[in-house]
This record gives sequence, structure tokens and C-alpha cells, in this order.
Amino acid sequence: MCLKFLKSSVGRKYLMAVTGVFLLGFVVAHMLGNLQIFLGPEALNSYAEHLQNLPALLWPARAVLLGAFILHVGVSISLAIENRRARSIPYACGATVEASYASRTMVMSGLIILAFLIYHLLNFTFGVTHPRFFHLVDAKGRHDVYSMVILSFRELPVSGAYVAAMGLLCLHLSHGISGLFQSLGLAGAMPALKRAGAVIALVIFAGNSSIPLAVWLGWLKAVGGGSVE
Amino acid sequence: MNLKLRIWRQKNSGAKGYFQKVDAKGISPDMSFLEMLDVVNEELLAKGEEPVIFDHDCREGICGACSLVINGVAHGPERGTTTCQLHMRHFKDGQIIVIEPWRASAFPVLKDLAVDRGAFDRIIQAGGFVSVGAGGAPDGNAIPVSKNSAELAMDAAACIGCGACVAACKNASAMLFVAAKVSHLAALPQGQVERAARVERMVAQMDQEGFGNCTNQFECQAVCPKEIGVWFIAKMNKEYLKAKICQ
Ligand code: HEM
Ligand code: FES
Repeated sequence: MCLKFLKSSVGRKYLMAVTGVFLLGFVVAHMLGNLQIFLGPEALNSYAEHLQNLPALLWPARAVLLGAFILHVGVSISLAIENRRARSIPYACGATVEASYASRTMVMSGLIILAFLIYHLLNFTFGVTHPRFFHLVDAKGRHDVYSMVILSFRELPVSGAYVAAMGLLCLHLSHGISGLFQSLGLAGAMPALKRAGAVIALVIFAGNSSIPLAVWLGWLKAVGGGSVE
Repeated sequence: MNLKLRIWRQKNSGAKGYFQKVDAKGISPDMSFLEMLDVVNEELLAKGEEPVIFDHDCREGICGACSLVINGVAHGPERGTTTCQLHMRHFKDGQIIVIEPWRASAFPVLKDLAVDRGAFDRIIQAGGFVSVGAGGAPDGNAIPVSKNSAELAMDAAACIGCGACVAACKNASAMLFVAAKVSHLAALPQGQVERAARVERMVAQMDQEGFGNCTNQFECQAVCPKEIGVWFIAKMNKEYLKAKICQ
């Protein structure tokens, strides 16, 4: 019964929306955590250490997120394939009356976000792309997240890629957040939700992009000049 | 006025289709789009050619038989208007007009611009009804219906089942149609007995017919000649979840 629900068209809309909420929740929490970089190295490094010292919380959260992510991507692809099949002969002269650009590029923006996410994890979580910034320790012997982030972002291609990816996430969420309420059956006032979705998406873009921008403009500096080259 | 038409021609479901260029001459701006096609057909017949097949019935915007995607928009450029109620004054003299059938795998082309919308009938047969004991006509107002419920049901029941929502949807999804039918009966006391089974069966039939899935783009609402709102889809989603949870 439950499986039949989840396989139905409406059930998969719920799956997209619920996994989307989890991912959105993560994106917001992640952003708030990272914005502590503006409070200085002490705040960010001790926050990072606290997280690492809570394996009972960290690992279940990671598992849930990974599950949500796999479902979100998997279901979106199965829906996209079905949707294409549902119109085997396309219009010779197709027009768009109401659908936004963001709504028509959800799969594309999603897949690029996925590619970015893999790069992001290799960069800051697994330390593969910038190993020389990954093993820094601060004065208290903690993993020096603060310097790692700043030194990475001083490279223009890296900070550029982050800002571009956040632009795509903003596009994805500008449609995703308003659509979410519709999918969950909660859409009472669509125009208001549409605006709210766009505003939240923009706040997330501004919040996340402020970090690479601040580094690149020289507002955030690594401790002691921060040069390891 | 004179128009340059590009009309989809297709002998039958299996045949390969093509666009035929036809010039429509001496069209009055007061004609409806279908009357314009009538004139074109008269001329084709006079020349010994096959007339263009298209669906129509009431020609007053209430039956849902007419269709046509006109320059990419289902039922043409006027909002809240069926093709039979669309007048030629909304087009420019000399304009090129591309006319295509509803495009959806679940709506195969029968001939030219006419498609088989039997999938909608099968969705209605799956649950779009109320079962009542036959007998004498019940007394008027024997079952009280609140003003709000009556309004809601009427808004949903405005759906004429033309299929423009499917034709316009980027994914050829039928969710606006099914949502309107589900919501119409769910709003009324007569619809309560079969409420849960109805939404389950109608959604199952919709999925089986090979329609696509809604991605909240709302092209359907933009072309609906009865301007049915997409919030009915949100309502259907909720009905479906409730039916499955309570099972
Ligand atoms: C941090 C990453 C992501 C976040 C926060 C996120 C968030 C969301 C949200 C909130 C929705 C709205 C759910 C709904 O339609 O009800 C959504 C929809 C969607 N997402 Fe994502 N998403 C992410 C990554 C991805 C990825 C990697 C893909 C890969 C293909 C993807 C593909 C889609 C698609 C296609 C939709 C539209 C689904 C539909 O309307 O049927 N997303 N996303
Ligand atoms: S012919 Fe009846 S609605 Fe157009």
C-alpha cells in the first residue's frame, strides 16, 4: 500500500517535496553555521570542533541527508523520463505562457548543483582538491577550518565556481520553494508563496556568496597574513 | 482578412503527419476560429481535396469538444476562451498561424487535428461519479449543501474536460483535469461515501494512461478556458494523501 503510494504520480510529488524540505533545511543550517566565519577564527573553528565531537548527531544527520539526496535525484530523474515519454511528439511551434525559466530548468540546475556538491565535498570535507589547506591546525590544535576556507577562496576560479553554483541553487529554489507547498497540498495563496520562495532563495544566495566575495575582496583575511605559499 | 495557415495533416493514428500550407482568404474578423476553418474546408472541398478534420460540437464554449494548439497555445491567444469562442479579430491580417493537435502520448491523433480523448473518459469511469439508489427524484434541498461547498463544487465543476491542460502542460500531465473532478465531488455531501476510493482510483487510472507528472509550472491554468485554478491540484494531492493514510 505504502509502496503503491510512493510509486504513484502524486506520491512522488510528495517525495520530491519532503526530500526538498530536508535539503532546504540543511542548506539553511549550513549557511548559518558558515556565516560564523565573520565572527572570526575562534567562533568558526570551535563550532566545527563541536560538530565533530557530536558523532551521535553528525552521522545520523549525514545518513538522512544522503538518503534524501539520493531519493531527490533518483525520483526527479524517473519523473523527467516519464514526462518526456508522455509527449512523444513535441510541438513544432511550442510556446510558454506562464512557466518560469527556473521551473523549466529544474533538472539541469539540479544536476549542476550535484556536480558542484561533489566538488565541494572533495574540497572541504575530504580535502582532496586542496590538500595543503586541509591539514592546517590553529593555535589550540583544532582543525583550522577558518584558514582552509579563506585560503581556498583566495583563488578566483574557486570562489567564482562557488558563487556560480549558489546562483544555480538560487534558481532551483526560487521555483522549488513555492512548488513545495503546492506539492504538499498546502498552497492557499500561490502569488504570496511565489514571492516568498524567491525571497528565501535570494537570501540563501546572498548569505552563501558573501563568504567567497568577502575573501576575494580582502575583507576576510587568514590569521597572520595567511600565506602558506 | 487573409491568413497564412500551417495546418497539421495526418491520415490516421499510424500515419506520418506533416504541415500543409493553406491560405485563408477573405476571412471576416467577426468569424470564430472554427468558422474560419469551415471556410478553408469549403475551399478545399471545391478543389477536390480532403477537408481538415477537427473536433467541435456546441460552438458556444460549454461542451469541451473543440481543441487546437494555435501558435503554440492551447485554444489560442485569448485567456479563458475556447477555440470555438476565439474570434479572428485577435489575429493580424497576413499573419502566419500554426495549427497543431493536442500533443500527448495519452491522446493519440485520430486524423489531422482530432485526437482520442478516451483516456479522460476512462478516468471518469474509474471514479468520477456518485453512486445513488435509483428511484423517484429526491426532494429539492433534501440534502443541505453549505454556500461555501456549493461555490467550491461549482468552481471545480466548471471543467468541460477539453484537455487543454494536458496539451499545454510541459509534461502532458492531466492533473488539473483530475483535480477538478476529484474536488468537485469531494466538496459535496453526495460525494462523501466514495471520497477516498474515488481519488485513489482516478489517480491510478491517470497514471496508467501514460500522462506526465505535474512540475508546478501552471501552464494548465493559463490556458484553461474555464480558468480552473491550480490550487485544486494541491487539494487533490491532499485528498490522495488522506485516502492513503486512512486506508
Ligand atoms: C542542495 C541541493 C538541493 C536542494 C536544496 C533542492 C531543493 C528542492 C526543492 C525544495 C524542490 C521542490 C520540491 C517540489 O517540487 O515539491 C526541488 C525540486 C526539484 N529538484 Fe531539487 N534540490 C537540490 C538538489 C537537486 C538535485 C541534485 C537535483 C538533480 C536532478 C534536483 C532536481 C530537482 C527537480 C527536477 C525538481 C522538480 C521536481 C518537480 O517539480 O517534480 N534537485 N528541489
Ligand atoms: S465546441 Fe463546444 S466548447 Fe468549443
